[in-house]
Amino acid sequence: MASATNNPLEPAISAEHLVRRFGKFTAVNDVSFRVEKGEIFGFLGPNGSGKTTVIKMLTGLLPLSEGSAHVEGLDVRMDSEGIRERIGYMSQNFSLYFDLTVTENLTFYGRVYGLDPARLKRRIDEIVELNGLGPYLNRLSAQLSGGWKQRLALGCAMLHEPKLLFLDEPTAGIDPVARRQLWDLLFELSGHGITFFVTTHYMDEAERCSHVAYIYYGKLIADGTPNSLRELPDVQPHGTMRIEISTPEVTRALRFARQIPGIRSATIFGQSIHALVEDHFNLDDLREQLLKNGIAVAEIRPLAPSLEDVFVELTNKQQALLETSSA
Amino acid sequence: MLNLFRGFGAVFYKESLHVRRDAGTLFFSLTMPLLQMFLLGFAIDTNIRQINTVVYNADGRRESRELLDRMKNSDTFHFIRYVENDHDLNDMIIAGKARVGIKIPVDFSDRLLHNMSAQVLVLIDGSDSSVAGQAINVTNAIGLDESLRRVLQDRATFAVDMRPKLLFNPDSRSPNFFLPGLTAIMLLNVTTFLTAFSIVREKERGTLEQLFVTPVRPFGLLLGKLLPYLGIGFFELCLILFFMRFVFLVPIHGSVLLLALLSLPYLFAALSLGILISSKAASQAEAMQLAFLPILPSVFFSGYIFPRETIPKILYPLSYLIPATYFINITRGIILRGANITHLWKDGLALCAIGTMLLVIAARRFQKKVIVA
Repeated sequence: MASATNNPLEPAISAEHLVRRFGKFTAVNDVSFRVEKGEIFGFLGPNGSGKTTVIKMLTGLLPLSEGSAHVEGLDVRMDSEGIRERIGYMSQNFSLYFDLTVTENLTFYGRVYGLDPARLKRRIDEIVELNGLGPYLNRLSAQLSGGWKQRLALGCAMLHEPKLLFLDEPTAGIDPVARRQLWDLLFELSGHGITFFVTTHYMDEAERCSHVAYIYYGKLIADGTPNSLRELPDVQPHGTMRIEISTPEVTRALRFARQIPGIRSATIFGQSIHALVEDHFNLDDLREQLLKNGIAVAEIRPLAPSLEDVFVELTNKQQALLETSSA
Repeated sequence: MLNLFRGFGAVFYKESLHVRRDAGTLFFSLTMPLLQMFLLGFAIDTNIRQINTVVYNADGRRESRELLDRMKNSDTFHFIRYVENDHDLNDMIIAGKARVGIKIPVDFSDRLLHNMSAQVLVLIDGSDSSVAGQAINVTNAIGLDESLRRVLQDRATFAVDMRPKLLFNPDSRSPNFFLPGLTAIMLLNVTTFLTAFSIVREKERGTLEQLFVTPVRPFGLLLGKLLPYLGIGFFELCLILFFMRFVFLVPIHGSVLLLALLSLPYLFAALSLGILISSKAASQAEAMQLAFLPILPSVFFSGYIFPRETIPKILYPLSYLIPATYFINITRGIILRGANITHLWKDGLALCAIGTMLLVIAARRFQKKVIVA
C-alpha cells in the first residue's frame, strides 16, 4: 500500500484545509500549505496557536477533523504507519534516555526503525561522524551539554535516513554557538535534499528559512518566502515606507515620534526606532523636529521590513479582524 | 500479526538497560518485600495467648484457687495483678492495663460444696473482637469442662466425643498462614509499581511522545516494557519462596513448578494493572498514589488477613475481581494443602481473564488518552 514515489516534483508535505477540533474549540482552522522537497520550512506562531497540533496531524498522531494531508506522497488518513517510517521527529525536549549512553540511545532508535545490525552500525558511524559525537560515545546522555544533547537527538531522528525531518523548537534553551552550528548542519543536510519542517520562536532563525508560515490562533496568516512576505500589501501598505531612526535617546524619541502625524507606528530596536511612515513624509523635517526637542539623531534611513515587522503587522490585522467579527 | 508487536525487541533492549542502570531501585524493590516478610513472619502471631488479666478472688479457698490455676494453665490468661475490690477490678480494665477481669464471689466454694450453681464473673474488654472472642471461648470451655467433671464423676466418657483435627497447619503456625498470602501482595506491589513508573517516567521525559512518531506499535511498546518486569517479578517470587521454605520453615506440600506456572497469569494481571495506572497518571508522584489504590482491597477483600466470608454480601462480588483473591487461593492451595492443577485450574483461568481484560482496557486507554492527547 505504501507507494512512496520519488517524484521530485511532488511536494514533501501538502496540507489542504486542515481542521482539528477539540470539543467546541477549533485548534486548527482551515490550514493549507505546501512544503517542497529540500526546503527548510519555518513554522512560526505564538504558544498555543496550533503548531504542535499541526505536527501531530501530519505525523499521524492526531486524526484530522476535516481536510486532507499528504506527507512524502502518503495520505495521513490512510497510511500514518508508512509516514512514520519515512520521517524523523525531534521534539523540543530532545527525547533522549538520560540513563543510556550516546551509543545506546542511537542503537535503541536504530532498532526501533528496524535497521539490521550491519546498516545500524554503518548509520551510527555516519551520524557520529556528521555530528561530531565521537568523543562522547560512552557518556550517559544526561551528562551532555544542551548543544550535544540536541545533536544526539537529531542523530537519533536521522538514523533511518528520512527524507523529511520535523524539528519542534530545536534550539530552545541552547547556547548561541550550538544554535549556529545546528543551523549550519541543517543547511548542509538540506543541500543533500532533506526537507526540514522547523518550528521556532527566534526571528533570526525564521529569516534563515527558505519558506515560512505563520499560524495565529489556528489560522494560517502568512505563507511564503521571507522576501515575498516583506512585500505583502498588508505589511507594506501602499503609500508607506519604513524608516530607521538611530538615536542615543530612544525612549524619548519614541514618545515624541508617536505624536507626529504621518508616523503610523513606531517601535524600539536597540539603539534605534523602526517606524512606518507615509510616503510623502519628509525625513529632513523629522530630523529637525527631533533636534529642536533636544533629541540627538545619528541617522535616519529607509529600511526593509524584518520578518518580525511582517508578523506584527499581520497579527494586528488578524486581531482587528477577530474583534470586528466578534463585536 | 508480527506488525502488531513492532518495536518489541528495541523496547525490551532499552528497558533491560534501564533496569541494569538503576540497580538501586531494583535492589530496593527486591529487598522491601523480604523485609516485610521478616516483619510478618517473626513479629506477628495471630494465635492469642497470655491476655493481661486482673483477678479479684473474694473467696480465696481451695476450689477458687484451683479454678484460677486451670485458667492460668490454659495459656490464654496472664494474671498481672490481684485486687481486693470491685472498683480496682473495673479500673484496671478501663485503664487498658488488663483486658479481662475475673471476679470470684465470696460464696463460690460454699455453693460448690452444697452442689449449687456457683457463679464467676468474667469481664471482657470488647474493643478488640479477636481477643474478646478468644477469652469468651476459653472461659466457656473451662466452665463447661469444670461442670461436666463434677456431674460425670463416675462415668468415664462423654456421650458425644467431638474430635476436631486441624489439617494442613496442625500447629496453627502464623507464618504458614501469612507468608503464602504475603507472596501475592508483594508480587502485586513490586510489579505494579515498577511498570507504572517505567511508563510514567517516559511520559514526564517526553520520550513516550517520541516513540509514538516512530513505527513502534502500542502492543510492541507495552509488551517490551512488560516482559523485563515480568522477569523481575518471577525472580522475586523465587526469592520469597526460598526464604519461606528455608528460613520460616513453611513446608511446601504441592508442586513448586505448578506454583511458578500459575504465578505467570497473576504477574500478567498485575503488570497490566500497572499499565492502566500509567495511562491515568501524568507524574511519578501521581503514579505512586494510584499504585497504592489496588493494595488495600487486595489486602482486605482477598482473604489475605480476614476471611472472605466476613465481607458484607454487597461487597462480596468485588472479591472476585481482585487478582490477589485467586492467587492467594493458589499459593495457600499449593503450599499448605498440596493442591494440584485439577483443584486450581479455575483460579488460573480467572487470572488469565482478568489480566487480558485489564490489558485490553489499558491498551485502549493508552491509545486514546496518551497517544492522541
